[in-house]
Amino acid sequence: MEVLQLVISGISQGCVYGLIALGFVLIYKATEMVNFAQGDIMMLGAYVAITFISIWDWPFWWALPATIMTMAVVGIILERALLRPMIGEPHFAVLMLTIGLGFVLRAVAGAIWGNEPRALPTPYVGEVLNIGPAVIGYENLAIIFGTATLCLLIWLFFRFTRLGIAMQAASQNQLAAFYVGIPVKRMYSLVWALSAAIAGLAGVLTAPVSLVDPLIGFVGIKAFAAAIVGGFGSMPGAILGGLLIGLMEQFAGLYLPPGFADMSAYVLLLVMLLIRPQGLFATMQKKKV
Amino acid sequence: MRFIRKVSYEQDINLVKHSGHILWYGLLLLVVCTGPLWLDRFLMGEFSLVFIYAIAGLGLMLLVGYTGLVSLGHAAFLAIGAYTHAYLLNLGVPLPVAMLSAALFSAMIGGLVGIPALRMTGIYLAVATLAFAVIVEQVLVNWESVTGGFRGMAVPRPELFGVQLGSPMAFYFLCLGLLFVSLLLVMNILRSPAGRAMTAVRDSETSAESMGVHLARTKTMAFALSAAFTGLAGALFAHRLTYLAPDAFTLITSIQLLLMVVVGGLGSLHGVIFGAIFIGLLPQGIAILRDTVPASVAQIPGLEPAIFGLILILFLIYEPQGIYGRWRKVRLFFEEFPLYRKATYKRQKSFLRTERLH
Repeated sequence: MEVLQLVISGISQGCVYGLIALGFVLIYKATEMVNFAQGDIMMLGAYVAITFISIWDWPFWWALPATIMTMAVVGIILERALLRPMIGEPHFAVLMLTIGLGFVLRAVAGAIWGNEPRALPTPYVGEVLNIGPAVIGYENLAIIFGTATLCLLIWLFFRFTRLGIAMQAASQNQLAAFYVGIPVKRMYSLVWALSAAIAGLAGVLTAPVSLVDPLIGFVGIKAFAAAIVGGFGSMPGAILGGLLIGLMEQFAGLYLPPGFADMSAYVLLLVMLLIRPQGLFATMQKKKV
Repeated sequence: MRFIRKVSYEQDINLVKHSGHILWYGLLLLVVCTGPLWLDRFLMGEFSLVFIYAIAGLGLMLLVGYTGLVSLGHAAFLAIGAYTHAYLLNLGVPLPVAMLSAALFSAMIGGLVGIPALRMTGIYLAVATLAFAVIVEQVLVNWESVTGGFRGMAVPRPELFGVQLGSPMAFYFLCLGLLFVSLLLVMNILRSPAGRAMTAVRDSETSAESMGVHLARTKTMAFALSAAFTGLAGALFAHRLTYLAPDAFTLITSIQLLLMVVVGGLGSLHGVIFGAIFIGLLPQGIAILRDTVPASVAQIPGLEPAIFGLILILFLIYEPQGIYGRWRKVRLFFEEFPLYRKATYKRQKSFLRTERLH
């Protein structure tokens, strides 16, 4: 029953990629900016949770919402300080800016929390569920469950709330949204808050599985591949792309020579870009003149 | 303020626009050629590195600054150049042949990467090159029979026609000479029809195509040329490192190269040189800074990348034209004093620059 085990761990790893990819996609859809620092914001979220739980001794179920709120505030601050002046600049400039931001965040995290890997204690750590011969850690189940819940919440938010619909409008056409009275800039701030909050949640969920150090943000690059495989700009695509990459990595690790597991995400990305550059769920088309 | 009287159309593409150019660039050449007189061994090594960065930067500038294709994976070409060069040298191939093959092989791979890249633009292309770089890095780690994997690969000392070039001074002149040749080549490429086609593609693909520019050919050529210069820089970089390991060519290296052309000033060859000086000498500056600030601050791990990142952010927000753009503004200020108007260089923002169709 090796396969079941692989599928479960692939899905849980894929959910983490998917969550980060979701953050990329939200920001891209709303503001046409590419936030390359999404993985590092996730790293920050994990450290904030560690601060609340390990250092300040808060109970886990308080710390979780507190982390998410803190990250939302961080998202707003980043948007106001760095990204607001970049509205209207070329995509490439914003991409470089967020790459720089990633460097700075890693150093800041290293300076505050140190470079040694740290663990995040959770109430469910170490417990396992036996399904037949497969052994599944509760932390993996928590990732899968947390992602599913979050997706449902986000879907409800964008489908039914006034704010969600206003955000959609701002993302579909800035000018038109502005003309009908939607505060587009405030929507930008809120989208950043939302995306940083999702990254925070991803950080809390992934911390028990992999230890936290300032470099865990590099999974953001794989999540980026996931977002593109899913079709940059499509939220279900982001999650699906994440799952696809997570599963592929697990199976490549088992059946292919060493080295291929790390590479598989990028090979998938290149193949995807070659045969279907618009991704699984196309939202983009070539600009017509 | 100098006014140039134009008497023929060829004047527009002359390498030397006016006699002032000859004087100032001649002086600059004199200064760098006499470098060994006023530089100690250590600084000479650092300047060789600056020259190597500048060659790689020329390649990247052709692609990013002049063709408008962003690459996040140029460390891969640097690596391909370095490994090819070292591998051939180890087989006993003479230095110039190995160096040329490194550049050519890198160009070939660059052209291959360029072909699928034709279908992508903007962010997609950047990520595809990133994926390519990661794959190359993995190949370097895992293809042990050729690259030595993590154990690495020794680079023989450079030797030309029986003359050892290992000393800092000889290496300084080797790098300087190759930089000079590359610079001339790039300047001539840029004023040739091929180079003008690249600029046209950068400014608007649609209008370039309707004016008869062959998009696919231009982009592939830009990729190949860019990879060739970066590969050449890689060959020199191999000698500078003396021992090749895959961790010298990571994503960070790619980003540093990109940082160089952005901070220097996109779309200008001056920018390459400014950027290379900046990137090459910044670690030294940081090291000096480390000695002056309190130990608690200096000991922060990852301080150097963080400072790189911070500088990048500040440049992108306050001076997207880079160092060369700032220099031009300062120069114009003095030329037009007291009539300088800030609005001359006002940035144009464009809203709704979308690739999506609703």
